[in-house]
Amino acid sequence: MAGLATTFGSGAMTNSINEIPYSKVLFVIGSNATEAHPIIGTKMKQALARGAKLVVADPRKIELAEKADLWLRLRPGTDIPLINGIMNIILANGWEDKAFIAERTEEFEKFKENIQKFPPEVVSKITGVPVEQMVEAARIYATAERAQIFYTLGITEHTHGTDNVMTLANLAMLTGNVGKENSGVNPLRGQNNVQGACDMGALPNVYPGYQNVTSAAARVKFEEAWGRPLNEKLGYTIPDMFDAAVKKELKAMYIMGEDPVLTDADANHVRHALESLDFLVVQDIFMSETAKLADVILPGASFAEKTGTFTNTERRVQMVNKAIEPIGNSKADWEIICAVANRLGGAFTYESPEAVMKEVAALTPQYGGITYARLGNKGLQWPVPTAEHPGTKFLHEGKFSRGKGLFMVIDYKLPDELPDEEYPLLLSSGRKLQHYNVMTRNSKALDAHAPEELAEINPEDAKRLGIEDGERVKVASRRGELETKVKVTDRVLPGMLWMTLHYKESPTNVLTNAAYDPITKTYEYKVCGVKVSKLG
Amino acid sequence: MEWITLTIDGRTVTVPKGTTVLEACRMNDIKIPTLCHDPELTPAGSCRLCVVEIEGMRNLPPSCVTQATQGMVVSTHNKKVREARKTILELLVANHPLDCMTCQKMGDCSLAEYAYEYEVTGSVFQGEKRQLPLDDSNPFILRDPNKCILCGKCVRVCEEIQGKSVLDFSFRGFNTQVGPAFNVPYSESECVFCGSCVAVCPVGALTEKEMKGKGRPWEVEKVQTTCPFCGTGCNFDLNVKDGKVIGVTSNPEAPVNGRHLCVKGRFGIDMVHSPNRITEPLIKKDGEFVPASWDEALDLVASKLGAAKDNYGADAIAILSSARCTNEENFLMQKLARAVIGTNNIDHCART
Ligand code: SF4
Ligand code: SF4
Ligand code: SF4
Ligand code: SF4
Repeated sequence: MAGLATTFGSGAMTNSINEIPYSKVLFVIGSNATEAHPIIGTKMKQALARGAKLVVADPRKIELAEKADLWLRLRPGTDIPLINGIMNIILANGWEDKAFIAERTEEFEKFKENIQKFPPEVVSKITGVPVEQMVEAARIYATAERAQIFYTLGITEHTHGTDNVMTLANLAMLTGNVGKENSGVNPLRGQNNVQGACDMGALPNVYPGYQNVTSAAARVKFEEAWGRPLNEKLGYTIPDMFDAAVKKELKAMYIMGEDPVLTDADANHVRHALESLDFLVVQDIFMSETAKLADVILPGASFAEKTGTFTNTERRVQMVNKAIEPIGNSKADWEIICAVANRLGGAFTYESPEAVMKEVAALTPQYGGITYARLGNKGLQWPVPTAEHPGTKFLHEGKFSRGKGLFMVIDYKLPDELPDEEYPLLLSSGRKLQHYNVMTRNSKALDAHAPEELAEINPEDAKRLGIEDGERVKVASRRGELETKVKVTDRVLPGMLWMTLHYKESPTNVLTNAAYDPITKTYEYKVCGVKVSKLG
Repeated sequence: MEWITLTIDGRTVTVPKGTTVLEACRMNDIKIPTLCHDPELTPAGSCRLCVVEIEGMRNLPPSCVTQATQGMVVSTHNKKVREARKTILELLVANHPLDCMTCQKMGDCSLAEYAYEYEVTGSVFQGEKRQLPLDDSNPFILRDPNKCILCGKCVRVCEEIQGKSVLDFSFRGFNTQVGPAFNVPYSESECVFCGSCVAVCPVGALTEKEMKGKGRPWEVEKVQTTCPFCGTGCNFDLNVKDGKVIGVTSNPEAPVNGRHLCVKGRFGIDMVHSPNRITEPLIKKDGEFVPASWDEALDLVASKLGAAKDNYGADAIAILSSARCTNEENFLMQKLARAVIGTNNIDHCART
């Protein structure tokens, strides 16, 4: 979430989930909330029933698009010109919030100059969205008393994902739609504890609480707490790790609870990288595609078998309570990590996860006032700096975390790989309601309900290729190929193919592009060229 | 705020203007039975079980749709009120299959509870019992239309909370049924299996299919926890019996989602006991995984990681932590990387 961190000083969702039903205007871009975050999706629909206006920007005819007051069916990968075009219209009509811009932001003039390069007529040609629709979107969003932006993977999974996010932050600042109840910029985070994993510093550049490893002051603080000198060098991001493994610069890896072979872009490269290691240890609850490559597998425990906390997308830290003992001879993951650390000379003498949380609170300013007793059955939304602090419902009230909000100059970049003659269809990927990445495939009930991949293709393309609904086809990209069933539907635009990441029988990521965003190192899952052909 | 003072069962109580008589009673811990009322949904006033006597009103009004007014005098449990409620319950029981012994809802059923409280015999009216087929067309929800008391809560929750409007009333009179519109099975409807209809059903007409026969409410221990399937962070209760998770039920205290969940959170938890779970440490020998003891596996991990560090330096080791594991585990993982191994090579997948 580097985009929001740059402009606002904090990369988290600015507002709270239970503000959604009372929103006046919702602008949802690249977020299929009713499937990827179902409860958030239902709250958006409750807002509609209360008279809220909904603007959706999405290439696919998702449920929210059908319910929207205005649906901007943009071409995939053209989010930046679309938003810049909308901001051009806002400025041309004088709909910007001049007081907010003057008091709370900086670098506005440079930003404004850049926006002049995006007149609506030009933008319309790039995005495929009619000028009138852009004007209407600008009017609805900018003239609302309070408006919220929501986005997810659709926005961040591009090579220029960081730019996409900063563009949305620009839009919010331009209209003063941030720092209030029902008014903000809200990344909906995918995995259950991706917010917490970032907060805890499971990142190569920051300690817990986003304290930079390159800052001498932060390093000294952690060196004193942990009683040993710390490495000053930035660590590898995931793509760097796999590249280094192929180059034999990385020799050993310890992977917990993730299946990069199935979920990371360009699966063949990832597999090759893991096979190049001298030693791989995987800690998981299922025999994942990644675990199959391991030298040692350590059986971890599911969430039902351990105590701890997860932090949700609205920064709410909540209890995970142990309900049963670990299955068979498996162990809670925190115990396994401690056992490994102690064998390597560490002194991880925590008697419980609660003891770990004490250390987290002491070292992480946002979690400073958190204890299990305070979390109770309602949790607390960070920042919770002190033991008396009630938690924070929405961020940036009166002042941004970084002081002033920073307007960024964002230009339009084409996606890294576009369809061409050889690979004429544009492959895009995402999530469906019944599954959560790969873990839910192990629920008998859910798998029976949604047992296989159904790649979505527009009737026009299906007809041209002579493909019937439900037929099995071959899909190939420059990197690999697979077989899958297809669903012929106008949910996708002509020229597009849409698949999920859930099925190892049709591993979408052998097709996708490992090009990644230069700042967040998020892979470009959303866009690459493929061809579809009939089987045999 | 404007306040209103009224008398309920001889007690003087003060409530905010706009409060219904039912809400006024519940705010003051006066019990009123309801079947079709739900504080989250629009009031229907159809089951009439919540009737009370109010001075100056001729009939017994349903308290859920009657506004409290200044000086109102309410009686909630006198003989007349109790008789009226008993008659309603006798009528409901008259055409209800009395399958309580084998019913999954027993112990958590509003109808059975009120029938007991009001000493309903089931012999006052001789009703015709319905013999409708069960709907078990889908893996999640079991619908027994014979037990449905037509309270309509499922219809309202689907429309008002879920925004789906899958359910409706079909047919008329004795033949009235509530279920997916046009009386199709759940599997052929637009249902997304959020299970909110199951959560609000006061009787055994809608139940969780997976939990059938696995445990009675009073044998089950409920443990509130946080859903592991997406970043929304819904809370629910794991239902535990004999050391096994047998299913999930809503917890109204859940701060984000209240009683509402999606298909994954409500019905995907059987993955905990999936036969595919890895249940012992495994070491690869000649390309095959062989079970090992924890000591053996951990010693091997430590010696290999230690050797990589000694021979190539700490930066030759990398750790992938997990956006599915807890904060505490992620904290420990990065501490292991930084303070024990000595590298910042720590990251986690899907940077979204
Ligand atoms: S729904 Fe209630 S009253 Fe009817 S059989 Fe089940 S437990 Fe008995
Ligand atoms: S499960 Fe959800 S969507 Fe389906 S009928 Fe019930 S409330 Fe409606
Ligand atoms: S199925 Fe349950 S909730 Fe729906 S009308 Fe019948 S009794 Fe009421
Ligand atoms: S119940 Fe559904 S919406 Fe709620 S956290 Fe779980 S997966 Fe997400």
